[in-house]
Amino acid sequence: MSSKQAHIRKQLVAYSFIAPNFIGFAIFTLVPIVFAVALAFLHWDGSNPIEWAGLANFRDLLDDDQFKAALKNTIVYTAGTVPLTLITSLLLAVLLNQGIKGRNFFRTVSFFPYVASLVAVAAVWNMIFNPSKGPVNMLLYSLGFENVPGWAADKDWAMMTIILFSVWKYMGYYMIIYLAGLQGINPELYEAANLDGTNAWQRFRYVTVPQLSATTFFVMVMLTIQCFKVYDIVYMVTQGGPGTATLVLVYDIYNKAFISWNLGSASAVAMVLFALVLIVTLIQFRGERKLR
Amino acid sequence: MQVQSRYTKTIATILYALLILCALAMLLPFVWMISASLKLDKDVFTFPIEWIPSNPRWENYLEIWTTIPLGTFIRNTAKLTVIVTFLQLLTSSFAAYAFAKLEFKGRDLLFLGYVATIAMPWQVYMVPQFIMMRSFGLNNTHLAIIFLQAFSAFGVFLMKQFYMSVPDELCEAARIDGMSEYRIWAQIMLPLSKPALSTLTIFTFVNTWNDFLGPLLYLTRMELKTVQIGLRMFISQYSSEYGLIMAASVVALIPVVIVFLSLQKFFVQGVATAGLKG
Repeated sequence: MSSKQAHIRKQLVAYSFIAPNFIGFAIFTLVPIVFAVALAFLHWDGSNPIEWAGLANFRDLLDDDQFKAALKNTIVYTAGTVPLTLITSLLLAVLLNQGIKGRNFFRTVSFFPYVASLVAVAAVWNMIFNPSKGPVNMLLYSLGFENVPGWAADKDWAMMTIILFSVWKYMGYYMIIYLAGLQGINPELYEAANLDGTNAWQRFRYVTVPQLSATTFFVMVMLTIQCFKVYDIVYMVTQGGPGTATLVLVYDIYNKAFISWNLGSASAVAMVLFALVLIVTLIQFRGERKLR
Repeated sequence: MQVQSRYTKTIATILYALLILCALAMLLPFVWMISASLKLDKDVFTFPIEWIPSNPRWENYLEIWTTIPLGTFIRNTAKLTVIVTFLQLLTSSFAAYAFAKLEFKGRDLLFLGYVATIAMPWQVYMVPQFIMMRSFGLNNTHLAIIFLQAFSAFGVFLMKQFYMSVPDELCEAARIDGMSEYRIWAQIMLPLSKPALSTLTIFTFVNTWNDFLGPLLYLTRMELKTVQIGLRMFISQYSSEYGLIMAASVVALIPVVIVFLSLQKFFVQGVATAGLKG
């Protein structure tokens, strides 16, 4: 009897450790997640009675130009940002890994854009890339260019501006991950390659890149998910415009929910976003199993 | 030999040139920001850029405090950041101890629930969460932001990973000495987990301080706003007050810069381990 009581006591102690976090987590994360899935199949404006919608919210998305533009833009943004960030962060990490002086200084500096608050850095970017008087275009004019880009104000350049800004902001973060990966490469591999009389490019191409394939895979997955979720960068640089040139999925969710109070259709878009992230996560699981 | 050393020298020069170029691309916007924050609006865009203003306008840094309630914004953000970080550290390390070192029914299932939601973007469920908070009467309260941020699955996951690396024998020995689980957590695990706690502190601090969409949804009353949404409001209202906008931006950056520079080591470690473990 007393051993049974001791067992129950032990269990209760364990639950008491979990409880403070779990109660908060269950109420403010788990419940809304279930609610979000249900909402995608309902019609609701947040105050009037709820109606069953079945698949109508999803069917409506097929004819929804805002949604279609948002989906396309999210994919274009991801396709632009992921490879550019990947390449720049890898190169930066390789440069920093050469045992040069001032390494810590450079590392700190390249991490700065990542920790700096987005509102502040976006404000500077908007001024620096101001089409009519910003220093970037002034520099281009003084170099003799006549057709300078309109950056965030031009529908053909707005997406490019956001991609450039994202690469600038994120590359320091992924560089740190690459640096850790580089430190895990066995130095003997480089010594062997040196004996074979290879040059720096060959060593990079045939030793560094293949040895980093697991890191690259991880970085790619993280970056892709991050890009699917983009919102605040767009909000601060282009507000989704001009027109729908930079409207992205989360922007569409926000508009549908908090501007037009069409909660069902906002949740349907959210489910599309979730499906995209889920696909990438599943690819990650499979890939990790393969790499191990 | 001569050729070899000249070759390495050239490589080293190119390396440095590239790095300095990168560092400039990273830093120049910040330098430009500080420089512009000390200018009159009409001088901000003079070209060629006057990096060091000949007549620095320090008044910009006085005016912003009266043009917008920047002091209130900073106080709100500091309050939220400190409470969220404290709750996050406390509840995450508490729960992680049970997941890592105690046996109980449903442990693996519960933990799976946590891990599964890490992959679920907040943006997917932000709408129903907002509706729920509103029905609790939490719209336009700081409590909403605290509840939103304080119980993250990421914190539990990070702390659990760390506690798993602490040998079980340590806890066993303490149990034999008659220590309760609470004392083991407080007197053995917490002191040991300083590196992991520091990593979680800096991540939570930076995230909460810089959070934008959460406060944007929940805090519409002026006296409740955080630095980020307050600054954003100022930028859209006074879009041509360039000098003032830049001065306010510099002020908004300072706390994060201080925390980052002082805890940098842990940040780098945290990113690196998160990256390696996948």
